[in-house]
Amino acid sequence: MKLHEYESRELFTAYGIPVPRYGLARSGEEALKIAREIGGRVVVKAQVLVAGRGKAGGIKFAHTPEEAAEIASKMIGTAIKGEKVESVLISEYQEVEGELYLSVIIDRSRGMPLVIASPEGGVEIEELARTSPEKLIQLHVDPLIGLRPHHLRNIQNFMGLDEKYSKQLPQVLTSLYKLFVENDCELAEINPLAITSGGLVAIDAKILVDDNSLFRHSQFRRSEVGESFEVEARRMGFSYVELDGDIGIIGNGAGLTMATMDVVKEMGGRPANFLDIGGGASEEIVEKAASLLLRHPRVKVLFVNVLGGITRCDEVAKGLVSAVKAHGAGKKVVVRMMGTREEEGKKILRESGLYPYDSMEEAAQMAAQLVQG
Amino acid sequence: MAILVNSETRIVVQGITGRQGSFHTKSMLQYGSKIVAGVTPGKGGQSVEGVPVYDTVREAMREHPEINASMIMVPAPYAPDAVYEAIDAGVGLIVVITEHIPVHDSMRFIRYARLNGVKIIGPNCPGVITPGECKLGIMPGHIFSRGSVGIVSRSGTLTYEIAHSITKAGLGQSTAIGIGGDPITGMSFIDVLEMFRKDGQTRAVVLIGEIGGDMEERAASYIKETSYEKPVVAYIAGRTAPPGKRMGHAGAIISMGAGDAESKMKALTSAGAHVARTPAETTELLRKLL
Repeated sequence: MKLHEYESRELFTAYGIPVPRYGLARSGEEALKIAREIGGRVVVKAQVLVAGRGKAGGIKFAHTPEEAAEIASKMIGTAIKGEKVESVLISEYQEVEGELYLSVIIDRSRGMPLVIASPEGGVEIEELARTSPEKLIQLHVDPLIGLRPHHLRNIQNFMGLDEKYSKQLPQVLTSLYKLFVENDCELAEINPLAITSGGLVAIDAKILVDDNSLFRHSQFRRSEVGESFEVEARRMGFSYVELDGDIGIIGNGAGLTMATMDVVKEMGGRPANFLDIGGGASEEIVEKAASLLLRHPRVKVLFVNVLGGITRCDEVAKGLVSAVKAHGAGKKVVVRMMGTREEEGKKILRESGLYPYDSMEEAAQMAAQLVQG
Repeated sequence: MAILVNSETRIVVQGITGRQGSFHTKSMLQYGSKIVAGVTPGKGGQSVEGVPVYDTVREAMREHPEINASMIMVPAPYAPDAVYEAIDAGVGLIVVITEHIPVHDSMRFIRYARLNGVKIIGPNCPGVITPGECKLGIMPGHIFSRGSVGIVSRSGTLTYEIAHSITKAGLGQSTAIGIGGDPITGMSFIDVLEMFRKDGQTRAVVLIGEIGGDMEERAASYIKETSYEKPVVAYIAGRTAPPGKRMGHAGAIISMGAGDAESKMKALTSAGAHVARTPAETTELLRKLL
């Protein structure tokens, strides 16, 4: 889960990483008040999670509190790259002498945290890694041992900062690493870490928190807003991803569901979504999933691919039949099922006029044909 | 011969008294797996499906020193402690079925296991099966049959799909391992490929990968560098997955321009592996090769 910028700033403040003075405004009046308290020039930053908000007009500079208020009231309520702006961050403007990069990520390949630093911040780090890898230092940290003084010395030497800032760097990195571990981050990035006359300041940040850890970080939990199918499906507890085709896909298990999408594509069809009902789904769960997709305006054909293990084919068939009865008008349904209680499941389907397939390739081909009409 | 589990495997199930734990204990016993003990703190003295339950793994080991594998079916918040307990009690092979374990936790227990010479399969995996000998996991046993194909996979149901078609083709499996769908897993494709290489029963390997990370690319380099002697047939799920979206598995995400299916398929093809475009094609390729 990606944190909002204001949440990142709160975390930085709590861990002693310097940030520009700021406040969160939900209206022009609030923005005016905050900008007055800060005094001087400020930056107005839309609190959205989409990438590239700066280029999309989500970051603007204001010379006076009144200008900040005007920008804020215009920005709030608009959408940036499809995401509604609910609030803006009013941040003190900083004269910057240089920009550094600092992050801690989880390196999947090695199964360890990796600290990355560069004296050339402010740019996309993936881009820098491709074009000038020599400008980056990457150090693995044993998760059982943690960050040690040698890591700090190596990074200090590599960055080659003036003494005044060089002393502050280990403090910032130590805090960032602690924040990364204690908040179950997948990524804790400061970019840029600005060199200012007052010392190092974290101007912008990107923090990703592991969704699986939210049971112990209730402060980050948020209810998903909106009426999109993606949000509705997740509220129902499904793994769901919206795609742009017209064949609705339901599978059990992430790998099988992905493979189902791929095979549909291979047979010339276009998947409308990815919906994984997980293991051991009951009749009710299947009914919910199928109803959701049958109500989806873009879905012309629903393709259900279930491999019974702990999931029982008869439960799937029952759930599917009730969903089709309630919402199936005008939609076609293709089912492939195999495994636990397969015969019982197929019987239920046949009795309701649905014809099950044995092979997912054949079923996918049929789904692709049915879309053609 | 097979790998990891066989008729000598003696199992302790941690979390045996839970709904999932007791259900799968029954199913494993029916398959013929030797479960000698269960552990649930506070439930010592009870029994599940005739299997004695202990409060700690240490007590279970004292009564049943033959235990050499553990299956963990404990909810995510408590699963890491169950793993540490099994490692400290001296269990050499631990299968972590539990899904949704925070990655910082698994990073630490996987590292701890490695330093202690303990093998971990998972987390978020179906387990491992050597058909006819031992099922240490939650897969439907009847779709597997004894044979010569080794399977290693990041997925559950997709493994069953392909295993079933291998069974129908009369080829069967030596051992099938689901290494798990999380970003960090105890065992990698390379670890398992290395074991299959040395296994006399395995004549070909099926590698079932998916988007996210670079485990498939690293497996490809390994196949190339070792001039892997046995044919490898690969299937990669997620060709139609959009970047930046997590496809069900915590580990299945194309991020920072890396981890897409095409690059994995390309790497495997250039390493000499046979890459199938559909699950069914995996079996067709195997049939030609064997």
